[in-house]
Amino acid sequence: MAVESSLSRLRGLRSSRSRRTKQAKAFAYIVCTIIGIMYIFPFYWMVITALKTDVQIFKWPPDLIPLTPVWSNFIEATRYIPFWRYMGNTVVICTLAVIGTVISCVLTAYGFSRVNWRGRDVVFAVYLSTIMLPGQVTMIPLYIVFRNLGWVGTIKPLVVPTFFGSAFYVFLLRQFMMTIPVELTDAALIDGANEAQTLWSVILPLLKPAISTVALFTFLGNYRDFLGPLIYLTEQKQWTISLGLQMFKNMYGAQWQLMMAASALTMLPTVVLFFFTQRTFIEGITMTGIKS
Amino acid sequence: MSSVSLQSRRSAARSRAIERRELVRGLLFISPAIVGFVIFTIFPIISSLYYSFTDYNVLQSPAWVGVSNYVALFKDSLFSLSLRNTLFMVVFGLPIHLVFDLLMALLLNTKIRGLSAYRTVFYLPSITPIVATAVLWLWLFNAQYGLLNTVVSGLGFRTIGWLTDPKMTKPSLIFMGMWYGGNTILIYLASLQDVPSELLEAAELDGAGSVSRILNVVLPMISPVIFYTLVINLIGYFQYFTEAWVMTASRSGSAGGPANSLMFYAMYLYQNAFQFFRMGYASAQAWILFVIVLAATAVLFRSSGWVYYRSAK
Repeated sequence: MAVESSLSRLRGLRSSRSRRTKQAKAFAYIVCTIIGIMYIFPFYWMVITALKTDVQIFKWPPDLIPLTPVWSNFIEATRYIPFWRYMGNTVVICTLAVIGTVISCVLTAYGFSRVNWRGRDVVFAVYLSTIMLPGQVTMIPLYIVFRNLGWVGTIKPLVVPTFFGSAFYVFLLRQFMMTIPVELTDAALIDGANEAQTLWSVILPLLKPAISTVALFTFLGNYRDFLGPLIYLTEQKQWTISLGLQMFKNMYGAQWQLMMAASALTMLPTVVLFFFTQRTFIEGITMTGIKS
Repeated sequence: MSSVSLQSRRSAARSRAIERRELVRGLLFISPAIVGFVIFTIFPIISSLYYSFTDYNVLQSPAWVGVSNYVALFKDSLFSLSLRNTLFMVVFGLPIHLVFDLLMALLLNTKIRGLSAYRTVFYLPSITPIVATAVLWLWLFNAQYGLLNTVVSGLGFRTIGWLTDPKMTKPSLIFMGMWYGGNTILIYLASLQDVPSELLEAAELDGAGSVSRILNVVLPMISPVIFYTLVINLIGYFQYFTEAWVMTASRSGSAGGPANSLMFYAMYLYQNAFQFFRMGYASAQAWILFVIVLAATAVLFRSSGWVYYRSAK
């Protein structure tokens, strides 16, 4: 009896639950779709503005589909500023930063996870706390140091520090390294491999997903950086695309069709990068989330 | 007897030697970080404290002036305005963004079909370069021909001075910020997917409705992640710079928007340091910011009783 009644209660619960989840799902679909359209629309507006003439952009009501797309705006936008040179400069900085960050952070994470030394965890906690330090506190003395070294006006202040570790990426790599069983590396060491060989041939292959996440985030972080280049790249020929776009805005601010074309071209590499590396992105963020 | 103690002494010596070797090995591996930590963190923190008590224009060597930079800052009305503007973003922008991101993550977590498409849509704006985003939103906010005022006037309302009315400028930037919270949305979504479904089923059998399940089961379970995003974004908001700089800076280098309503702390600091070369004054600003951020984080950690930590796995 008791069993039967509780069973029927459970059944009732299930059917009411399925009805409720259906309603909840419909609600979620509607809201997510509306907000999703609102998220996409600025991109769309940017592209259709970039395809209009300077007369068409001021038309009211605006054309939502450009009937005669002016593709030449994109070419013109890359001529108003040395677009490809800025893009090249940016890619050079990003690539060097990725190399520096990956090498220094892998080594540091190894020392913080695969070697058992006294005081390791305390030192790591102190090191990790630098994540919370506002950049403004170190900005001025570093500028003065780099100025005395004659590095202002070069990419060195943006690249050289990346070869000395970054607490956040060390943290990500360390988390990952801790999950690799000690037996694996011990076996390699017993087989006569030295530590460098073990790191290279045992740890690194297993670490690939974490390294690609770090490389991707570093690349993107440097591509998007504005304040660093603004302070250090004083010569126009060294500017990154972000600096160039900002200057473009200051000089030709009223020509929205060209500005939107230039903005779209600046965004394009990050969007392409995202579509090719979606899984790495999502995994990377999941790793960040689990950290706390 | 003696042989045993000798043996144990020998093994103790050996383990000490091993320990020393491990220490050297460990320090060797983390040496890039040690060098970086000393050169790029510790040394600059200390020297910026020193500079904050000096008058320093880079060309001449710093001259000790005591606390006069700090005294001057407290009388500097632009400094207090920049602090108030920044606090506005922290007090209103931060909670609005985190609540919005959390709600979006909860909606995406209802096992809807096409999740990866929605995820892409919400994430994409957060990876585009900030300068390009800011330029795009300058156009969307444009008083006469921008998308937003086109919609507003199309609906029959009076157009809004998004970036021209000093009362509207900061709310406008908060509104814009909702567009690129994708990173936080995905962090929340990942942690929501981590909540054990047995817990939710148990709560449901106990008669908890969906709202009560979210409040009493889901939110406590992901509270460490909420706390993490709260701390990181709090620190980020105190350094708010690029968007406002790009949207308000002119060719001559002035910035701050109408009535300086978009002059944020980091912007005024940047101007003092790199446009006026008042390095001592800007260092004092940096240290005040440092103390404010430390205090704010300490308050957050002190009041973090609501954060629930699952026992270590």
